[in-house]
Amino acid sequence: MKRIEIITRPHKLEDVKQALTEIGVTGMTASEVKGFGRQRGHKEIYRGAEYQVDFVPKVKIETIVDDAMAAKVVEAARKAAQTGQVGDGKIFVMPVVEVVRIRTGETGPDAV
Amino acid sequence: MIQAGDTAFILVSAALVLLMTPGLALFYGGMVRRKNVLGTIMQSFMMISLISIEWVYLGYSMSFGPDVAGVTGSLAWAGLAGVGAAPSEYAPTIPHSVFMIYQCMFAVITPALITGAFAERVRFAPFAVFSVAWAVLVYNPVCHWVWGQGGFLKEMGVLDFAGGLVVHLTCGAAALASVMVIGARQDHGRRQFFPHNLPMTLLGTGLLWFGWFGFNGGSALAADALAGTAFVSTHLGGMAGMAMWVAVEWLYQGKPTTLGAASGAVAGLATITPAAGFVGPNHAVLIGLIAGLCCYFAVVLKARLRFDDSLDVVGIHGLGGLIGTLMAGLFASKAVNPAGADGLFFGNAAQLGVQGLGILVVGGYAFVVSFALLKAVDAFLGLRMQPEAEGLGMDVAEHNEAAYNE
Repeated sequence: MKRIEIITRPHKLEDVKQALTEIGVTGMTASEVKGFGRQRGHKEIYRGAEYQVDFVPKVKIETIVDDAMAAKVVEAARKAAQTGQVGDGKIFVMPVVEVVRIRTGETGPDAV
Repeated sequence: MIQAGDTAFILVSAALVLLMTPGLALFYGGMVRRKNVLGTIMQSFMMISLISIEWVYLGYSMSFGPDVAGVTGSLAWAGLAGVGAAPSEYAPTIPHSVFMIYQCMFAVITPALITGAFAERVRFAPFAVFSVAWAVLVYNPVCHWVWGQGGFLKEMGVLDFAGGLVVHLTCGAAALASVMVIGARQDHGRRQFFPHNLPMTLLGTGLLWFGWFGFNGGSALAADALAGTAFVSTHLGGMAGMAMWVAVEWLYQGKPTTLGAASGAVAGLATITPAAGFVGPNHAVLIGLIAGLCCYFAVVLKARLRFDDSLDVVGIHGLGGLIGTLMAGLFASKAVNPAGADGLFFGNAAQLGVQGLGILVVGGYAFVVSFALLKAVDAFLGLRMQPEAEGLGMDVAEHNEAAYNE
């Protein structure tokens, strides 16, 4: 199993959710996060003084899928989140050792 | 003889000026960090109570009471002795008590204005002591000099229609002294202090502007043509200040900002204040434009100098009061107000000199006395918050409250 973490623009949340749902992803977790990459954030101006704002709002979407699905999910998420502009975000793929469904006690791929 | 119309107008004006203090509390409150919003608001609100008490028992008599050597009023009117239904020498058509309460509102807002300079770092109790002592030692004497019967600056012919010297320059000078005595906020220059709620600041600006019509319009002390002149000048000064500030920052920084619009409006309003009842509409617009330009660059300069006047009291109120007082010396006209004087552009160059002298005397006095007073309060009571308390924020550390809970 793989855990796929997609960090992207807040307004892309619905697009990514829809794209993943369409290829058969059954669940995901989204959180509001803040961060920056190489380009840093943006500047704000208060009474003529410039403030550099490094941490900009992003959304983080996490999902756990079978190994076979992982590549498809990454590609679908990348297409859905892409604008071509700086700040589109990153996708991280990590191995998952175990998954447990709390209600039934099922483990492994059945629990996803 | 008491006139019902004049009395009604000044009572309403007094209420409008009172509204400026909560307006100021919101204006300032929105510009600080969320952990300091209640403490900042409290510093304005508390003045309504403390200074009103001081005004009734001491301030009014010191400011407007029977003159002693041109320097102060005697205490003959302390506790409002003799301040009743009959008119005073200050306004022949309204009860003396109405004039007193109208002036009380000016005394309340002036020390509240200073708090913007040392926002986010001063303990409440020493601040309260400082404010009352400042009212007694700075506001009351200066008020007597400029507006009291027999006051030496009034006798010299200094023009200050509604408080460019008495309100804005005194608080600007005190603000400068307080920044020098108290020092910068923790992490100033290392961390960025964002305003936590600009809509609150804009609401405060709106209330200030609304109240300013009472502040300047009411200073005519009658519901007459002069009140109309001052009302119009006030609006024109504010709108021109806003337009200029926004235009300049758009040009220099790329985008117009709401905080810029609010700051420009307040700068324009403060600057037109001393001249409001002495100049015509076109000069009021010009004064507002100059205010927007000069105050913008003063605030930018402050940031470059790393001078922590937190909410720009020096750059906006101090400089505004100073410029407006000089402008009255340039553009005042007896055609606008026969009880005033002509300025430089109306053939009376001497008026500009008198205005300059007024600035030097009032600014110098307010700065020196404020500086000494702050040093004294600091030595006896400790003005500055402890580092941990400053990190925690005034709301919890000083008041055991938080503005925003879940």
